[in-house]
Amino acid sequence: MHGQGFFFQAFVYLGAAVVAVPIAKRLGLGSVLGYLLAGMAIGPFGLGLIGAEGKDVMHFAEFGVVMMLFLIGLELRPSLLWRMRGPIVGLGGLQLGVTAALLTALSMAAGYTWNTALAIGMILALSSTAIVLQTLAEKGLVNSDGGQSAFSVLLFQDIAVIPMLAILPLLALGPEAGSQLGEQADHSSSWVDGLPAWGQTLAVLGAVAGIFVGGRYLMRPVFRFIARTRQSEIFTAAALLLVIGIALLMAQVGLSPALGTFLAGVVLADSEYRHELEADVAPFKALLLGVFFIAVGASVDFGLILSDPARVVALVGALIVIKFAVLVALGRFYGMSFDQNLLFAFSLAQGGEFAFVLFSFAAQQGVIDSETTQTLVAAVAVSMAATPVLMLLNDKLLQPRFGTREQREREPDAMEESKPVIIAGFGRVGGIVGRLLRANGIGTTVLEFDSDHVDLLRNLGLEVYYGDASRLDLLRSAGADKAEVILVAIDDHARALSLIETIQKHFPHLTILARARGRVEAYELLEAGVPHVYRETFETSLQMGVAALRALGVRAHHAHRAAQKFRRHDEVSLRELAALRHDRGQYLSAAREHIRFLEETMQQDLTRPDDFKDLGWDAESLRREADSG
Amino acid sequence: MGGRRRVLVLFAHPALETSRVNRVLIRGLEGIDGVTVHDLYEEYPDFDIDVATEQQLLLEHDVIVLHHPFYWYSTPALIKQWEDLVLTHGWAYGSGGDALHGKWMMSAITTGGGKSAYQPGGHNRFTVSQLLRPIEQTARLCGMDYLSPFVVYGTLDMHAEAIRAHAVSYRRRIETVRDGALDPLSSHQQLGPESAVDDVMKG
Ligand SMILES: Cc1cc2nc3c(=O)[nH]c(=O)nc-3n(C[C@H](O)[C@H](O)[C@H](O)COP(=O)(O)O)c2cc1C
Repeated sequence: MHGQGFFFQAFVYLGAAVVAVPIAKRLGLGSVLGYLLAGMAIGPFGLGLIGAEGKDVMHFAEFGVVMMLFLIGLELRPSLLWRMRGPIVGLGGLQLGVTAALLTALSMAAGYTWNTALAIGMILALSSTAIVLQTLAEKGLVNSDGGQSAFSVLLFQDIAVIPMLAILPLLALGPEAGSQLGEQADHSSSWVDGLPAWGQTLAVLGAVAGIFVGGRYLMRPVFRFIARTRQSEIFTAAALLLVIGIALLMAQVGLSPALGTFLAGVVLADSEYRHELEADVAPFKALLLGVFFIAVGASVDFGLILSDPARVVALVGALIVIKFAVLVALGRFYGMSFDQNLLFAFSLAQGGEFAFVLFSFAAQQGVIDSETTQTLVAAVAVSMAATPVLMLLNDKLLQPRFGTREQREREPDAMEESKPVIIAGFGRVGGIVGRLLRANGIGTTVLEFDSDHVDLLRNLGLEVYYGDASRLDLLRSAGADKAEVILVAIDDHARALSLIETIQKHFPHLTILARARGRVEAYELLEAGVPHVYRETFETSLQMGVAALRALGVRAHHAHRAAQKFRRHDEVSLRELAALRHDRGQYLSAAREHIRFLEETMQQDLTRPDDFKDLGWDAESLRREADSG
Repeated sequence: MGGRRRVLVLFAHPALETSRVNRVLIRGLEGIDGVTVHDLYEEYPDFDIDVATEQQLLLEHDVIVLHHPFYWYSTPALIKQWEDLVLTHGWAYGSGGDALHGKWMMSAITTGGGKSAYQPGGHNRFTVSQLLRPIEQTARLCGMDYLSPFVVYGTLDMHAEAIRAHAVSYRRRIETVRDGALDPLSSHQQLGPESAVDDVMKG
């Protein structure tokens, strides 16, 4: 059944996802559980649509985790990361250390030698970044106290994987172990293999420094150059290239790719391309993670489990209980509120995807025998699959009863900051509006499609992001959910209309202020249901009309009033004519349209002559009445 | 008289964001049935009053309240602009100008000066009612009955609690007027120009 090529596999994976995830979400189970169940369904123990190649797929799809960390990095400004250093090292270090020690002790009690037990303890102490962060994000809990703590721990674990890879071969104890150290590289041979220890260290430091320097100084001009082509798929390609490149580099120097891309993300978090990168990479990450979860689901070895169910259940139970207990204790120690502590503990009480890699590596090194690793891998997979269920229980049963439940929207210090106004298009019009708002202390997020412009504005210290504002994902990352007003002033009218449609559909709470270049655009915007339409040439023309009147000797206030009254008259006529526009039902060339506007508007000017007079100040009728009386 | 009257409050404060008293008074009117609050400075920031709309509003109501802080013994400028432009000859007064006949007009005012200052021997030499004569006569010329004004004196050092009490009595006054329980002809006897506020404050 399998092996019918890429398209068949893709069809099976995507089909499973498309069927299972909406159902799971409908039932309130969350997407992660949906993917896992889909994987079990199509896996060797379900329909058997995917078989052993599931492992390769999982390897490939692990890249979703790498992308996820890149995205997380993008949301974490370096200053914020620095502020989190305490919990990362403290909480993360304690979690890993205490859990590993307990699990090691337990393994020794179960009869393993100390070195095997230590390997098992370390590996099982890790949790699943992918499942935890995805589930937290879906529940909107990433920024909660418990969510942030969980994130800190996961980050520490990701870093800890590197020394673990170095330690595992040393635990093999045999004489050949030392010699194997050189070829430990788990995935492929790397550049640094031949180097002495100090050389390897140097290579690692060099790679990290390269990410910092490159991210700061090299990537921005490169992105700018690419952005200037206005070819959005090339920008996407560049974003993927960056992530993949860093992952490769990291693998070469023996660092975790996830960690490397995370650092790259943090470095780029300050850049103007942050939102665009986020929007570009996010769909790939989401899909890959989905495939990854499916593969995890498919890899749950039901054969092994069923051969000795009690053993596996006991293992999973012990694993979850021990991890949970350590996490609860740490949460208390760090003074978390009860509900946040529960969230924190439930979210991290499982084995992680790194365990798959590390177990096979350990088996290969002869630290743990292969039968044990198979059983443990099965246990880890089950514990991962159990996580969304546990979090669901916490959500539905425990929290309502015991939780004080922190408000979901904890304000800005966390991962994103929101501004009340979004300006799409910071050109001639948007620029002036933006300045006026800024001068009055109002925060704006600017989206601009012209990369030269972006650069200039950023040099002036404005918060400007590069990107096509009509994209839903970009709008979202620019904070459209929380903003109050959006100014549509992008040059491309068709794009402006599609932007407006997106806003009306997904962010109906936003007040839309739209710029129109002329009457046609104004008509179209009115038709699109935007009440606040501003014709960019209109006010200036009125000013010039006032100047002309004054040059002819008309008194200043009279000229001023004339313009005011004309403006009001014209706004009314604009709306009336917009309504009539389609009655004619014929297409006219732009020039003909212009002439027709003139005709129509001039006729309208004649229909209500009183529109242009200030009757209240006109004493003429008074005088007449006095004469006659 | 009797029966419900529709009340139009023409409110004018050029810097409401700095206001202490009027903002509370006007908020106190929120949600009263049959009362329309029309915030003139919000509607016409550039003094470009839409005469047709304003006249229509007047036609749709029976009582017009001019509500504003006392500025130079008179109204803020926009109310003056409103009078000049909206009360047109041949519509509000003069031959054929009977659009407002039979309606009522009332002022609602806050003053910086205390009540004692607004007396013949006081600092301001005239009572508020005397200073409001131009408005009273404007109402009369347009064929309207003029009610005694609602006045909050001494706003400059007024405590929040007192402001709230005034807001309550303002709301009550507007409701009374709306319900027709106040007869313009006798209103001067019923309530002095300083209104019933002092009772609220002292009681
Ligand atoms: C331009 C100006 C003129 C004023 N003229 C007077 C005045 O003639 N008599 C008076 O008693 N208070 C006068 N005041 C004080 C205001 O009436 C007082 O600030 C107002 O009632 C406070 O109300 P608020 O807190 O809602 O702004 C004047 C204030 C301003 C700003």
